[in-house]
Amino acid sequence: MSKDGFIIEAQGIHKTYRMGAAQVQVLKGADIAVKRGEFVAIVGASGSGKSTLLHILGALDRPDKGVVRFEGRDLSEMSGGELNEYRNKMIGFVFQFYHLLDELNVLENVILPAMVPAGIIGWLSKRAGVKKRGLELLKAVGLEERATHKPYQLSGGERQRAAIARALVNEPRLLLADEPTGNLDSATGNGILELLERLNRAGQTIVMVTHDERVAKRAGRTITLADGKVK
Amino acid sequence: MYKLILAFRYLYRRRISYLALAAVALCVFIVVVVMTVMDGLVGDFKEKNHNFTGDCVVGTESLVGFTYYEDFARIAEKANYVEAVTPVIKSYALVGLEGSGRNIGVELMGVEAASYSRVTGFGRTLYYHKGDASKAFNIKSDANLPGFVIGADLWSMRDEKGEYYHAPNPDATALSATCFPLTAKGALAKAGTDVVNTKTFYFSDCSQSGLARVDGSIIYLPFTEAQALCGMTEPVARASWIHIKFKQGTNIEEGCRRVRQMWEKFYDEHKGKDNAELLSQVSVRSWKEHRRESIAGMEKEQAMLMMMFGLVGLTTVFIVYVVFYMIISHKTKDIGILKSIGASCGDVIVLFLGFAAGLGIAGSAVGVAGGILFLRNINRIEGWLFERFGFQLWDRTIYAIGEIPHRLDLTMLAVVTGCAILACLAGAALPSVSAARARPADVLQVSQL
Repeated sequence: MSKDGFIIEAQGIHKTYRMGAAQVQVLKGADIAVKRGEFVAIVGASGSGKSTLLHILGALDRPDKGVVRFEGRDLSEMSGGELNEYRNKMIGFVFQFYHLLDELNVLENVILPAMVPAGIIGWLSKRAGVKKRGLELLKAVGLEERATHKPYQLSGGERQRAAIARALVNEPRLLLADEPTGNLDSATGNGILELLERLNRAGQTIVMVTHDERVAKRAGRTITLADGKVK
Repeated sequence: MYKLILAFRYLYRRRISYLALAAVALCVFIVVVVMTVMDGLVGDFKEKNHNFTGDCVVGTESLVGFTYYEDFARIAEKANYVEAVTPVIKSYALVGLEGSGRNIGVELMGVEAASYSRVTGFGRTLYYHKGDASKAFNIKSDANLPGFVIGADLWSMRDEKGEYYHAPNPDATALSATCFPLTAKGALAKAGTDVVNTKTFYFSDCSQSGLARVDGSIIYLPFTEAQALCGMTEPVARASWIHIKFKQGTNIEEGCRRVRQMWEKFYDEHKGKDNAELLSQVSVRSWKEHRRESIAGMEKEQAMLMMMFGLVGLTTVFIVYVVFYMIISHKTKDIGILKSIGASCGDVIVLFLGFAAGLGIAGSAVGVAGGILFLRNINRIEGWLFERFGFQLWDRTIYAIGEIPHRLDLTMLAVVTGCAILACLAGAALPSVSAARARPADVLQVSQL
């Protein structure tokens, strides 16, 4: 934890994408800081750089300029292995399009992050415990009956709940959610938001990106991105 | 662990994997079948050529031959690594059935039936005297008549199954053989109208060596008869070659080296003797060198085939590369997901290389199994095709091939399987590395479009 109590903070983040011959500057010095236990929504118009900022916080992308610190440690100073560990253990990522692996069933998808760092022998020794936790998470998100189903056999809302369970399996300190309700109807989306609220009440720090003001209102704090900066 | 699970699931749940597997299996199948048949044919051909000669051949291609062969044969016979020795006359003759008025040119071989069959596989090539080659030139009806053994293709026709017609007993058909006797200097030994030596011989057996060129051009005569016919009896007796068989376990090249040393010593000791100049033309060669002309063509074909298999291997690598490129293009989302949950570049590479190895193992297993099944039944299949459609891989009336070879070489199978797996790994390497280097944010955004 940083001395200011922030679990994650980003300062002066710049990011430019090359699109053909043109260069698009998406972030122009964005700053953000999130305290442990907060539920923060990042809102902004389409193309305002919300998802890019979230990817940078989750170390899925690197900023061109600026610093991201997780619990006081600069991500740019982490080695490749440490960044992999950061993505695996510190962060849980929920995507708009769920991004479950079609080849695995729901339970296997959920416990996949726990399998990634384990070798064959390591996995065999902890398999039972991880499976138990996976089933508990599926129960918590209301999918215990769907554990052996394939992702394509689930509805959109069920897939997103499975994705949330996957993001939580390694008990991450920070949950990053990119438009988690963006691809769902309002009733299903509402169910997902209730789940996120429930997790936050239980102490989970959440940073959520959304373009929907009504969704953002469910968070404890809203940060608005406009013209590549935080307003 | 997840890499193993995912690699396995990719392998059996993706249809495109089956295409790659079929490509690998087909390549392995082709290589196994063609190499087995080709290796069998080449091996069989070499064995037949070896059977036709001793392990080592001392002599000259000159029709004049060389002198003092008996002395050298006696010395060679005493060497502890030599099993047996036999002299051979090699010349050309005109032969014709008595009274027919027609002649054909043939190669003439003068051999001592008993010792020649101890040194070579001659005894096994005979039809009537297979069990007792020493009587190969004996005529049952009259022991005093000189017999001849003739190449099977000169004597009778092969049927469509590659078999010859043989009368129950040799019928002592008379055949006249005519030779030009040569002096030790290489000049015609006779002058005037009686320039040739002609003698009548009687059919005692026929020889089927399995070498079409031999069986279609050679006639064997008793050594002394051939020597006389070719004028090689005086002033010093001559022979064309001495064939030597080494004792079991003797390395042929090493044996030949020792015979060469023996010959050099013999040559030095005989310098200055009558007609000793002929000894300078003598060479000592292994059976392979002696039959080089016959074997070389086949070996060239085999080398060509190996080169073609190299191209087949490259094609496999390319097919696997294309398939993996397509699979990985379809799997960018998975790569992004895996990297977003902490998988390293190495993990992604191992995942896809594991997938490739699985593909190689499964593909080569199917190819090898199919190859074994096909080879086990290749002669049955050919028989069926011949009965049904009249198709033969090799026309047995023309080619001296019995069964299509189908003996499997386990080393070859292991090498082919290993190469197939390596080809898959090579084909998958580049797409795997480029997939591993992709940034998760990029691939996940692309997969959302």
